[in-house]
Parts: sequence; structure tokens; C-alpha cells
Amino acid sequence: MKNINNNLLDLDSLSKKQIENILSSAKNMEDIFYNKSKNTLSIPNKTIAGLFFEPSTRTRISFEHASNLLGIKYIDLSLNDSSIKKGESLLNTALTLQAMKVDGLVLRHPHSGAPYSLLGKINTPIINAGDGTHAHPCQALTDLYTAKKHFGKIQGLSILIVGDILYSRVARSNILGFSKLGAKVKICAPATLLPQSLLTSNTNGIHSKISVFTDLQEAMVNSNIVMPLRIQKERQIKGHLPSFSEYNSIYGINNKILELANSNVMVMHPGPMNEGVEIDPVVAHGEKSLIEKQVENGISVKMAILHKILT
Amino acid sequence: MENILITQGRTIDCTQNLDSVMDIFISNGKITKLEPKISNFPENTTIISAKNMIVSPGFIDMHCHLREPGYTKKETIYSATKSAAKGGFTTICAMPNTKPTMDNKSTIELVLEKAKTNGLIRVLPIAAATKKRAGNELTNMHELSKLGVIGFSDDGDPIESPNMMRQALSYSLSTNLPIINHCEVKELSSNGVMNEGFTSMLLGLTGIPNSSEDSMVARDISLAETTGGKLHIAHASTSGTMELIKLAKDKGLNVTCEVTPHHLTLTDKFIFNKSNKAKDTDILSSNPYDTNIKVAPPLRSQKDVDSLIQGLLNDTIDVIATDHAPHTNSDKNCTFEEAANGISNLETALSSVLSLYHQKSIPITKIIEKLTSSPAKLINRPDLGSLKLNTNADITIFDPNLEWIVNSNKFASKGKNTPLDGEKVKGKVIKTIFKGKIIE
Repeated sequence: MKNINNNLLDLDSLSKKQIENILSSAKNMEDIFYNKSKNTLSIPNKTIAGLFFEPSTRTRISFEHASNLLGIKYIDLSLNDSSIKKGESLLNTALTLQAMKVDGLVLRHPHSGAPYSLLGKINTPIINAGDGTHAHPCQALTDLYTAKKHFGKIQGLSILIVGDILYSRVARSNILGFSKLGAKVKICAPATLLPQSLLTSNTNGIHSKISVFTDLQEAMVNSNIVMPLRIQKERQIKGHLPSFSEYNSIYGINNKILELANSNVMVMHPGPMNEGVEIDPVVAHGEKSLIEKQVENGISVKMAILHKILT
Repeated sequence: MENILITQGRTIDCTQNLDSVMDIFISNGKITKLEPKISNFPENTTIISAKNMIVSPGFIDMHCHLREPGYTKKETIYSATKSAAKGGFTTICAMPNTKPTMDNKSTIELVLEKAKTNGLIRVLPIAAATKKRAGNELTNMHELSKLGVIGFSDDGDPIESPNMMRQALSYSLSTNLPIINHCEVKELSSNGVMNEGFTSMLLGLTGIPNSSEDSMVARDISLAETTGGKLHIAHASTSGTMELIKLAKDKGLNVTCEVTPHHLTLTDKFIFNKSNKAKDTDILSSNPYDTNIKVAPPLRSQKDVDSLIQGLLNDTIDVIATDHAPHTNSDKNCTFEEAANGISNLETALSSVLSLYHQKSIPITKIIEKLTSSPAKLINRPDLGSLKLNTNADITIFDPNLEWIVNSNKFASKGKNTPLDGEKVKGKVIKTIFKGKIIE
């Protein structure tokens, strides 16, 4: 439990049991969130600093909200704040906050591995709120929680992640998380958006068990969860895709393609969505969507993470 | 000048096909005797017992970054030559990415002058191939060749324009010096920071595919064929490069290449050696994003390493060169993406390549050939890399079996950036003799 007590950097270093502990703690937090039970879990006299080197709305706001619900003071230091704008290094910014005796850092950074670069240099616990294209453990835990809540268990589920796998930290963490809890993980994208090593099965461990598709119809079969990822305009400019319309016609998630999946299929999306590109708005806001639930559950899961890190 | 007698070392000199236990007598900076047993020597002779050690011509490094002028926080000619001597090198070739760039007579004269006054060993400059290494206009190659430069290179940057590369290969022909190219199609590297593969996927780091190197090597070989020019490929890192160079050599083209100790011995998975990330356990105390492994070209796959070893054995690779690239702590104390490329290499190069000898992949004589006689030939210096009588006494004595733990804080180099810090290695230089003088 050393890792989660001190830092939450990714799911690779957490055991199945440790992940399940966070999910069950999130269940307790949910009762506080929905005001169902008296808040006996609040942690007063603690301060968390949110350090966002990259724009973020929902992660940032939900951490602030989760902190407030637990009575934790939340300091927000974002992209527009002076020290970050002036180009002060990540390490110096972290050292400054440590000197101010904050009890934890929530870090979002555009560079993969950024939180790891602080290890051994600061003692303040770090929660990775997304590093480059590497990991987003908070989102993955939220997605696991949401799936578990809806389906009752993760074991035996078949989850299909569709889209920009190459650049997605959410996909990377979800592959680890869903695999560890016994789900079957499938990924599907045009080859230009798949890591070459997955395409050629040059893998080992968890990753050797995932199924890789370029044909969405084939990939859809038996899926219980379908998770399209946001497609950015940049992918077209850099040559990964010819056009949004072609992408939508082949990889867009709509009600028709969902008919090929398991009849109990649900759709999740880590947000923000590009409606009409990777997902049809009818699906996004329809009865098969868990997308709003993901946002809602994000609060309880972040409360659970904060509680683990700070107590 | 003192007399030195080196006794009973296993003496290896590829220029004389020599590999036997010998005594060497050095007088007035020259090797004057090389015999199985020397009993007659003057009284004022320093005797070095080399029993159970290997005695070799001083190593020659064709690819080194000395950082002076311009970046003396990273390294100076003094600290680089001291570091080189500690690593067994008596000749090092200085790459031109200095500030100002070594693209003109006066900067190169400055380097030579500094080397003469501050340097502990021989420094031979490599001039830029194009002005300011910008890839647009050739340097005054004829003028620079007269200063004793050993080749032309735009160093860490490839000569991107195919036409400029063609002109460089063609124009340099009459200087009889090679164009040394860093082969990398930058558009294919697309800001990558490590080898493209499973490891880069796991870490979410942008990968550099082998094709980024291979495609430019292929282009350059084709241009060497067109022009008849002399082409030297810097730091070969891929199996594709090996296949292409072998093809070029079979065709009889003027193409040579070098390999670094790190590309011969480490793969991209080495990033996990120092962390437990791959083992699915606690990663708190370790950082799988050790910026000290960041180097260009990146550490590749086992398949590539195997083919480089093969290339060394079958002479597809001509020389081992360190690509010694010292950096300050702050150049590396940042995120992986921000970190500078390069490894401080001079002091660990020998032990790295000796690991291949200890694992019986490469004979010791082959390693010595690639560190001595072969680079001497490539830089047109038949007087170097040899223990022949009356040559300069540039000699390296090393214990191939001595185990030690790398401690970068003890490096003579200002660059402490090595992924081997804390690693146990085998093989250490005991004495480096330059022009008959023991370098301390």
C-alpha cells in the first residue's frame, strides 16, 4: 500500500486488491456526496494544491469539489498563473509548494512521466491527474467505478476502446485497470492511431492479452462497454486521418453500430466529447450512455483518492 | 624525458598481428623496444608491471563533444581530455557543435590552441560540413582540411537536404576526408524522445522508428555511389543500417560507420532496469523516466543490438566511438521530454564494450582493433593506433577483469550524465600513456 499512501502515479503499480479498496472507499464517499450519511470522513487541516500545466476543466473542478466535501483546503495553481507562465520549472514549482507545507499535489502536465521526475526530490505526495500520453489513473479509477456500479462487477466484462489510442493516457490507464480487474480489453482504431507495437503484437504481460482491431464492426461483437476517445483536429493535420467525416463514417459510435455489440452494451467517454465525430449526440445523451454518470462518479472516486493519500 | 618499461602484459597490436606477453620500453616519448623480455634498461626507468593486464595502443575516439568554446559549463577541453585519458583514450576527435560553431579557420585554430595548452591528450577537430551547421552552404573545406581536421560533419543535426549532402560528398572528395552524417529523418522522428516500441508505448513517450535512421542511411549510400564521395555514418543504431552498410561495402563503396558502447550494450528496456515498473511492484523509490538514458539515436531493441554486435564481428562496423556528450545536471534534471540528449561516456566506454568480451560475444582483439588501428586508418593517421617501434608511445594498460562500481561524481568529466551510475561493471583502465608520459 506504500504507493497509494504516498503517491498515485498510475495503476500499473497497484494490485487488484488495492484498486478494489479504492473503489469500495469511493462507495462510502458516495454516501457523503449524496448527503445520505453524516460526514465522518472529513480530513480537516489539510491542504491540497492543484498544479495544472495543461488546460483542464473537469478534472480540476472535480478535485476542488471533492476536496471541499472532505473539508480539505484546495489551492488552485493553473496554466494562467504567473509562475507557470514565466516558465518556472516543474521541480521548482513543486519545491515552492512543498516549502509552503501543502499536504499533497494534484499534478497535470503535458509531458509523459512528469510526476515521476519529482520522485526522490520532493516528499509531498503526488496524485497524477494526467501526464502527457502516459497515464490518467484518476480517470481510469472513475471509469472502473462507473462500470462496476452499472454492471455489478468488472470480471468477465468485455470493454472496447475506440479511437486515438496512440495519444491517449486514458486508454493506457484503462487498459491496465480493466485488465487487472478481469475484463477483456479490446482496442480499435485506424492503424495510424494505434501504437505500432500493439499493432504488431510486439508486447508482453497484460498487453499481450488485449485484442487489437482496425475493423469496428468486428471489434463490436460481444462488447459490454464501448468507449470512444476524443479525436483532435491535430490528428488530421499531422496526417493520421484524412477527415473527420471519414472517421465518423467508419469509427463513429452510433445506435446502428451498437446493435452489433452485446444487448446490454453501455457507452462511456472520458470527455470532452467531439459530438458528431467519435460519438453521435443521440448516443452520448441517450439511454445507453454512462457519460454523465462518469462525471458524477468522478467526485466520489477523487474523494477516495484524496482520503487514501492524506490519511 | 623519463624512460618507462611496461612488463609482461598481454600485448595486443592489430597492426602487427601481435597478441602475446611482451615487455615494452619507452624512451623519449617513443616505443624503442618491444620484446618478450627486456632485461637491459637504464637505471632511471619507471617500471609498470602489467601482469594479467592488457597492453594496447592508446584508444582513439572519432566522435566526442568537448563543448569548448561555448558550453564550458558542460565540459572543457581540459576536463574532456582528462576524462578521455581516464578512459584509456589518447586521441579524441572533437565534434563542431560548439559556440561559435567550428565551421571556420579561427574557431578551429582556437580549439587546437586550447588543446595544446590545456589538453592532456591529442585532440583532432572535426569541422562543420555546412556554415553554422545550418545545412545551407558548405564550409571552406579546403582551407579547413589544411588545419588537420579529420572530417566534416553537421554533428547532432543531419544534413537534411539531399542536394546539400550530394554537394558535400562531392566537394570533399579532393580533401580525401569523409562526410560524417548523423542520419535521422527528423520528420519521421517527429519530436520522439526514445525508441519506438513497446516500452515507448508503455511510458507514453513519443517513439523514434528505425526507419528514421534507415531511410537517411539509404539515401546517403546512394549519394556516395553517385558521387564516389567518402561517407562515414555516425552512431549506427539499427539492424537496417547494418544491412544497408553491408550492401554498400559489398558494392565496394567508400562507406564506413561507427557504433557507440551504449548502442552495443543497452536496449530501450534498460529504462526499467533501474525501476520496478515492469515488475508490477512499488515504483515509489525509482523513476522509470531516467533522463540519463535519453540519447540520440535512442537505445534500440535487442534485435538491433544483436545485429550491431554481428556488424562489429563481420567488419560492417569500422570503429567504436563514444559520442561522449556531457551535460550539466540541470540539462537532465527535468522531464524526459525536456531533457538534453547524450551520455557522458569516455570513462565507462571500455567496461561497456568489455561486457561483450566477458559474455563471449566479441573477441578482445576485435574490440581493440575497433578502438585503435581501425579508427587510425579511418582518420588517415597510420602513425597512431599502433605499437610499432619508433611510433609515439600512446599506450593504454587495462585490467579486463577488475570490477568496479560506476560513480559519476568521481568522473573527471564535468558531465555526470550516465545511465550506468551505480552499476557494477568489469574492466578498468590502469594507466594511460600519451607520447611516453603517464597521464595522471
